[in-house]
Amino acid sequence: MNDRTITMDATQKLHFYQKGTFTVGNRLVSEEQRAVQASADRSNALTCGHRACQGCGEALGARFAIDAAMRATDNNLIAVNATGCLEVFTTPYPETSWQTPWLHSLFGNAAAVATGVAAAMRVKGRPEVRTIAQGGDGGTTDIGFGCLSGMFERNDDVLYICYDNEAYMNTGVQRSSATPPAARTATTPAMGRAPGNVFGTGKSVPKIAVAHGIPYVATATVADLHDLERKVTKAMGIHGARYLHIHVPCPLGWGSLSHDTIRLARLAVECGLFPLFEAEHGVITGSQKIRRQVPVEDYLKPQRRFAHLFASEEGKKRIGQVQAIADHNIAEYHLLDQEGDA
Amino acid sequence: MLKQIEGSRAMAETIGLCRPEVICAYPITPQTHIVEGLGEMVRTGEITKCEFINVESEFAALSVAIGASAAGARAYTATASQGLLFMAEAVYNASGLGLPIVMTLGNRAIGAPINIWNDHSDAMAVCDSGWMQLFAETNQEAADLHIQAFRLAEELSMPVMVCVDGFILTHAVEQVDIPEQDDVDAYLPPYEPVQVLDPQAPISIGAMVGPDAFTEVRYLQHYKQTLALRLIPEFAAEFKTQFGRDSGGLLRSYRTEDAELIVVAMGSVNGTIKDTIDEMRADGLSVGLVTLVSFRPFPTKALREKLVGARNVVVIEKSLAVGMGGPLANNVDLALRNVAGAPQVHSVIAGLGGRPITSASLHRVLRRALVQPWDGSQFLDLNEEIVAKELHYVRKVRRSGPTAENLLRRLSEAAEKAAV
Amino acid sequence: MFQVRIHGRGGQGVVTAAELLSVAAYREGKHAQAFPSFGSERMGAPVVSFCRIDDKEIRLREPILVPDALIVQDPTLFKAIDVCQGLKLTGYLLVNSNRSLSELHLDAIANELPVGHALTVPASEFALKHVGRPLPNAALLGAFARLTGVVQLKSVAAAISEKFPEKIAAANIAAATAAYDAVAPAAA
Repeated sequence: MNDRTITMDATQKLHFYQKGTFTVGNRLVSEEQRAVQASADRSNALTCGHRACQGCGEALGARFAIDAAMRATDNNLIAVNATGCLEVFTTPYPETSWQTPWLHSLFGNAAAVATGVAAAMRVKGRPEVRTIAQGGDGGTTDIGFGCLSGMFERNDDVLYICYDNEAYMNTGVQRSSATPPAARTATTPAMGRAPGNVFGTGKSVPKIAVAHGIPYVATATVADLHDLERKVTKAMGIHGARYLHIHVPCPLGWGSLSHDTIRLARLAVECGLFPLFEAEHGVITGSQKIRRQVPVEDYLKPQRRFAHLFASEEGKKRIGQVQAIADHNIAEYHLLDQEGDA
Repeated sequence: MLKQIEGSRAMAETIGLCRPEVICAYPITPQTHIVEGLGEMVRTGEITKCEFINVESEFAALSVAIGASAAGARAYTATASQGLLFMAEAVYNASGLGLPIVMTLGNRAIGAPINIWNDHSDAMAVCDSGWMQLFAETNQEAADLHIQAFRLAEELSMPVMVCVDGFILTHAVEQVDIPEQDDVDAYLPPYEPVQVLDPQAPISIGAMVGPDAFTEVRYLQHYKQTLALRLIPEFAAEFKTQFGRDSGGLLRSYRTEDAELIVVAMGSVNGTIKDTIDEMRADGLSVGLVTLVSFRPFPTKALREKLVGARNVVVIEKSLAVGMGGPLANNVDLALRNVAGAPQVHSVIAGLGGRPITSASLHRVLRRALVQPWDGSQFLDLNEEIVAKELHYVRKVRRSGPTAENLLRRLSEAAEKAAV
Repeated sequence: MFQVRIHGRGGQGVVTAAELLSVAAYREGKHAQAFPSFGSERMGAPVVSFCRIDDKEIRLREPILVPDALIVQDPTLFKAIDVCQGLKLTGYLLVNSNRSLSELHLDAIANELPVGHALTVPASEFALKHVGRPLPNAALLGAFARLTGVVQLKSVAAAISEKFPEKIAAANIAAATAAYDAVAPAAA
């Protein structure tokens, strides 16, 4: 796994911290280790002028992911987008902020449409042109699930990227099967005896992707953009069905401050609620260790969608249940193990 | 080359000659033999440069076709009935985006009750979606229409569905002249997209369009179909030149010149109607037939010209708009709207769920139309006895049970009684 | 137009029989239309298939209600459905059985038809002998050719060759030929 300490020479071990984070800045690393976004000739596949909210995690994640994919494919990339926030804020009629060929068909069929695009490129004798399908959690874990599984099963040459902000944000913050337990949404209001989303529901599409045995599955986060780019680059070096699940906080839907997006994403990793791992052909090949574990409260507190948990004794008990989920993830993915991979 | 061949196989071979590049389909009765045939031909190399994709649902099938078509490949799929509805969202998406996909629709009734037999309810369910709809009368025409469909779709950048009566045509073995590759190539050039996803020239396709432009987008779709009214006969004429036979076109007529009564119908039933008309003519009755090939675009003007001289028009259709009557009859009314001295239009609903339309029944209903036309829609060969029994029963008993099962039980009871 | 209705049960090759007959007629330069009565695929369920033969284009698409000939692949059907419904009084009845018409209680129907138009032929036995499976359709078509003269044996053989791989085709042609030879043509 990545070491967070960059060694400049044998005698000097430098730790770089910026503003209380563990981020390593680009200007202090070598060329090859810099993020794609640091380069002046990045492709700007998703260029400025789009209408995303201030602090949108999805816009950040998509920009990094698609530019990394463009770099990896020498700009030979076609993107298929499901209906959702990304599609809506990047193509406000009559403008588009995409500088790469881009198709929006429907909500639930991005994976299948991408299969068709990839097939067309093969049949036209242009195998160097690669295809990405992308959508939010709603379009991936719920309505797009059937087509996603079909694409996985056929091992079609598509990288599917899910930007997971844990609800149907574009339509007004309704619950999806990616919404975490206890979270308040418009359809799981913080009311009644069990406020927020129901415990015991939900599904892990990354795990399901692993179960399909496809060539590559990874989870990523906007808290670690180097890692995100690395995973996209790695994925584009593989042929066949690949899945990338990126955690992207949504200030509007989560009720968080727009400048807290990256911090919250990091807290999700560090408390164990969002495990970072990679898998190939059905086997987990590695997970990113939690550097400094934090209790789930630290992650939940800054989000108004969890505010009701802090308002009562009942709520405190629920926080305990959330902590149990985090602890379970830590055990399952060996997130605190000292040596070796999972 | 002339062959005695199953309709589905004839279609598969002809579609193969059209050089499809991406074929994706999900199996559903009665289209299965078509895609199985195509899959075989791709495997054996009879069709080259073609990706055949086994998808997990009809929704996926049309979605794959959408992606392939948008990326510049000639895309084809096939479905029927329930499958068409399962891909309904994608149906509107394909036409709204203006993608020249060709799809075979093996016309089959839509459930509930589940029914695998032929009628036109599936085509009617999406007739206003922006797809062009062409109905084949014979398996020869079914094969030929696919060639014309690709040409038409790609010329206008608009999808086309070729409607072929399930079982009656798809599973019938009859004489079909399968064209030669050279002739198809001369008639159907390679696909030149109007819009295409290409990294060398990136564009965005599928943006949201608001109130300021949506009407214009729809208007242009509608306008394209009016262009099709001219192109369809042109391409049919060109087809005749290239392949030597009449096939397709907007509509055709049979013995209508001096007809007092004109029948209008679509699909395979036209064959039976022609036999019936010959017999009626032999009896001195003045009757003719207009066979509609193009249902969308609806050939309003061409149909009006054929019908104005008649006194009565009988529309025989395998479809029912529940609560309204006959959708085809409704469309035919359009052709006669505001026409002074227009013939009366009478609606017959026949053949629903695969009930055979017999020449004997046609004789009865057409002869009746000549002397005692009716109001509203007439259901051909309706079993009034079991209907009456059911109506009586449900009036008496609240928990009367599922209607379909009740009717089936009454039918078998009646059959047993008759056998005794 | 000559209309043939073929009755049997699912799995007995009823649909193939109609198809082969249509191909045989086609090879003689005639128009032919073959189609099954469609039902859910199920072994053992009653199946009906149809074949129309004519010198000109066949436009009619209804099921065959007044057949000129009936081919019955499975005589147990007589107890289950009205097999002979609509059979023309000038028609032919060909039944797959090693028993006689009397033993099958078909005398009444046979007597309504012209002499020699109704007969049984042990098609399953011919099939077992030549093909190794009791699929009676090829043998019945051979018998049909002899009985009615509507198609020639060699056309039936050609249709079989077109449809099946060489060895299976040869076996089926042998069964058809054996049945053909065993049948006396009906008096004109």
